Amino acid sequence: MFDTILSGDYPKSKVLNTVLLAIFFGLALGPFLFDGAVAFSTITNICIFIVLVASYDILLGYTHIVSLAHTMFYGIGAYAVAIAMNSMGPSWGSMFVGVIGGVLVAAVIALLVGLLSLRVKALFFALVTLAVAVGFGILISKFYAITGGEQGLGFRPPRELGPGFKLFEERWYGFNALGWLWNLVTDPGNLGENTKQAVFDVRMSGRIVLYYVIFLTTVGLFLLMLRMMNSPFGRVLKAVRENEFRAEALGYRTVMFRTINVVIAGAIAALAGAMAAMSDPWVTPDSYLSLGVMVNILLMCVIGGMGTLYGAMVGATIFILAETYLKDFMEVAYDLTAGFFNALPEWLSWLSFIHELISPDRWYFWMGLLFVLSVYFFPAGVVGQFRAKELESQIADSEEGASRTEPA
Amino acid sequence: MSSAENTAAAAAGEPGLAQRLGERRGAALALALGALVFIIGMIVPLFGARWVNDVIAVIAAGFAVHGALSLYDVQQRAPQWYLLSLVVVTGFLAIAYHSGLSPTDAGGLAFSLGDALSSGAGSWTQMTINGLAMGLLIFIMASGMTLTFGLMGVLNLGHSAFITIGAYVLMTFLVSDWGRGLSGAESVVANVGLLALVVLVALVIAGVVGLLFERLIVKPVYDNHLKQILVTVGGGIIITQLIIAISGPNEVQLNQPATLSGSFIVGPVVVETFRLVAVAVGAAIFWGMLRVINRTKVGILIRAGVQSTEMVEAMGYRIKMLFIAVFMAGSALAAVGGVFWGLYDTLIHPEIGGLRLFQIIIVIIIGGLGSITGCFFGALLLGLLSNYVGFVAPEVAEFSSIALMVAVLMWRPQGLIPVIRM
Repeated sequence: MFDTILSGDYPKSKVLNTVLLAIFFGLALGPFLFDGAVAFSTITNICIFIVLVASYDILLGYTHIVSLAHTMFYGIGAYAVAIAMNSMGPSWGSMFVGVIGGVLVAAVIALLVGLLSLRVKALFFALVTLAVAVGFGILISKFYAITGGEQGLGFRPPRELGPGFKLFEERWYGFNALGWLWNLVTDPGNLGENTKQAVFDVRMSGRIVLYYVIFLTTVGLFLLMLRMMNSPFGRVLKAVRENEFRAEALGYRTVMFRTINVVIAGAIAALAGAMAAMSDPWVTPDSYLSLGVMVNILLMCVIGGMGTLYGAMVGATIFILAETYLKDFMEVAYDLTAGFFNALPEWLSWLSFIHELISPDRWYFWMGLLFVLSVYFFPAGVVGQFRAKELESQIADSEEGASRTEPA
Repeated sequence: MSSAENTAAAAAGEPGLAQRLGERRGAALALALGALVFIIGMIVPLFGARWVNDVIAVIAAGFAVHGALSLYDVQQRAPQWYLLSLVVVTGFLAIAYHSGLSPTDAGGLAFSLGDALSSGAGSWTQMTINGLAMGLLIFIMASGMTLTFGLMGVLNLGHSAFITIGAYVLMTFLVSDWGRGLSGAESVVANVGLLALVVLVALVIAGVVGLLFERLIVKPVYDNHLKQILVTVGGGIIITQLIIAISGPNEVQLNQPATLSGSFIVGPVVVETFRLVAVAVGAAIFWGMLRVINRTKVGILIRAGVQSTEMVEAMGYRIKMLFIAVFMAGSALAAVGGVFWGLYDTLIHPEIGGLRLFQIIIVIIIGGLGSITGCFFGALLLGLLSNYVGFVAPEVAEFSSIALMVAVLMWRPQGLIPVIRM
């Protein structure tokens, strides 16, 4: 059964299996496992970015197409939903119009970009897409009558997906497992009290419905992409990546395959954008179209592991958790070291910029560093690293086995 | 038409205009038709809305200019000059037309040739100066990126961070007490001296950072384009974040040095002094770069390296030293560009380089990746076009550069002046 669901493409590492299962169940039961608004938006974001990064991975990882316009498609999806909901009112109909419209527009633009520039080399494609994406951002800012300009565009989601809607009247309970475990370690004597504290109320509002819509879409799209990349189509893409000339000589129209891939990736990114807009109904150029978002996608894709799709899952989770919680840790470290840096003598005061680097606002510096280091030392990302380990141990096992059965 | 045929035609003697008109009917037709429509638009503005007339006039003027240029084969012989003259002349016609149109009391539109010539010529001169200043500043920033690409095949997306370095060196000097004193003094010597010092410091700092960047970040991935893109993006983030950690994340408003700021009036034209300074500096740097590349030993090595690195190595030169030198020079140039852009923009913030990356990339794509001259023309085209469009239709000004890039790419996918090794 798993063969069918995962299209025969297993994570191929025990540790990785555990990590992925943890992510999956963490997201599936998320609203009942983590308490609070921050945690809720974090798990929503993780779902959305898994789709977005996975759709980027089928470009970058499977085909080595460096597109820097992925945020454009993401933004198209978001803006399409926002514009449709704004002009047609908060109903399911307008939501579907927005989603479908966004996907179609994204696909058409992806086709144009692909046809215009895929014939040229990888670098050129990166540059052209970057220019087109920035231009699109400018366009969005200029046409403020439709898009709200720099300010962004707000809308009301359908009632059933809003916080005002009640799915069930009765109370549901969640269990703050992490907090419970933490207290179990720090204060094991107080088990009863601790357990009582860990239980929290879950309001079965439209937000929960929305979350599960997003979660199920994420699962569906992820499995779809897995299926696609393990189909003959995906294999041709890999062939194009490894040796385009040879793939062409074998009779595959490589430009067509690459263009189709760009179109599919663009359409899926638009879906991710639509989901993001639904979860936070305020669409701004800054949060959807800026170069920063693009770089984040790149970071997630590379850190997780290119060309594996599971890497998108791991990368998005690591990155968004870091984005949300690394700052807290850095804040603690910043405050802890404040005494030391303040006590520095006058002639060493220039060292305080090191202190500044630990400040929570500079978390991006460490992400950049991690990114560069991971490109050098783990080019296959977290997933690739685990797989390599597993392979090593398997080889070691089989060698051991072989030496044991060998007659002396 | 191939270049061999061109030379043959040139050898046979330049044909006269009459002969050209006969041979190139298409071009002559375009010229006549465009001119006709343009003149009709001048005599009777046909449409009620001003922008419709403008659009038609621009298209007609462009058509006519294209026809005139095609009569002399400029398009094939020198695509960069073709495009530049197309933009400049069409820009003039469009601005003149736009200035000549004015609403009448009856609610229609009227065209006055006097207005068009006097105020249009003034505006055009001003926009041309602005465009040259902007274009040359962008050229300074872009030249390093295109050079490192041409020579080493490294596409340095972290290039914009070096621009930010330059801008922040400038800021550090200008907000310090003595820097403020020197910059506020009404003395050319003090102002220029300060600026020279800033440029020198920016050169040194960016050069050293460039050295580190090349050694630590780019060198391990010389033969892998994908990793280059990723790693240089990461390196750019690191440098920018370090700058923020050192100088703080806030925007800083600067004052231009006293004698270099302000503006003066020549006839109908208001000229900002600093733009002239920018033009002078940019032109000087371009001239200097051409000198170095065309007339010196290093220049020969660079040009040879662009064509074939292996061959240069085989001749016994240490190509790695050349790579380092060019990378450092490119980074230093970016910082110089950052200094002048900072003065031009007067608002210094951590994204100052990142925001320029877009224009830089368009410029080096238009020019042909790796070509200095191409980069120069690309920058001029971008600067002039965005200023002309900004005058006639400010709404689409920023979009014009994208349109320019798309048009050039459709026409010549390798850019205006393609470099051999692509």
